[in-house]
Amino acid sequence: MQFFGGSDISPSPPAPTASGNNAHMMYMFNRNGVCLFYREWNRPLWTLNAQQDHKLMFGLLFSLKSLTAKMDPTSAEKGNLGVPQLPGQGCSFHSFRTNTYKLSFMESPSGIKIILVTHPRTGDLREALKYIYNLYVDYVAKNPVYVPGTPIKSDLFNTNLDQYVRSIS
Amino acid sequence: MHAISQQLSPTIGCTGIDLLEADTFDLHCFQSLTGTKFFVVCEPGTLYMDVLLKLIYELYTDHVLKNPFYEMEMPIRCELFDLNLFQAVQKDRVALLGR
Repeated sequence: MQFFGGSDISPSPPAPTASGNNAHMMYMFNRNGVCLFYREWNRPLWTLNAQQDHKLMFGLLFSLKSLTAKMDPTSAEKGNLGVPQLPGQGCSFHSFRTNTYKLSFMESPSGIKIILVTHPRTGDLREALKYIYNLYVDYVAKNPVYVPGTPIKSDLFNTNLDQYVRSIS
Repeated sequence: MHAISQQLSPTIGCTGIDLLEADTFDLHCFQSLTGTKFFVVCEPGTLYMDVLLKLIYELYTDHVLKNPFYEMEMPIRCELFDLNLFQAVQKDRVALLGR
């Protein structure tokens, strides 16, 4: 795939970044805001119910993307805040950090958004997110019985994902 | 957005976004105890921005809050604050980043 340099699953995943706790949780959304996938490994606190949590997460990401596109100091003015941007158009954020977690974000050209929430001292996870996207392509998108836009229920995808996430934490 | 990020935290004790990393810039945030937020937009990977933010907060308390003619919640129009701010950023560029 040209976007990611031409290889399917790369034979060696990116090297582990920080040691410590495992990743907390992971979300995947499509371009319409449907939550395709949610997995948690370590989440002590739930503030809202699952539906609201997903909607809030998608809303936050949408607003942050609009904000970074508009706030970009290196580009010319681009219309009003809140105008939907095509994937890849304008500057997009790739992570934000708070004192309790770090959220890493990646959007594919087809609008698939992958979000990984980890502990705050994690390094740059962009390569890891690309690898997870390749896992999605191999185990979900190439699955002939998978209907795009519906939640992902693939055991192979889950197993490989768990294995990979454990190796980067 | 600060509040929403607190609600999405997987553990307790979250105080909001500290750093937002984008492709072409980084946005650092400092929140004072009263809720006033200070933001710095810088190049990706710039170090010591949290030190700079604390410094700016001190300048704010010295030149703006202690100014008897300054009204709370109004835009800041204090020359001394602007001057010292400019000097702090220049000094930061020279001393801390070696440019």
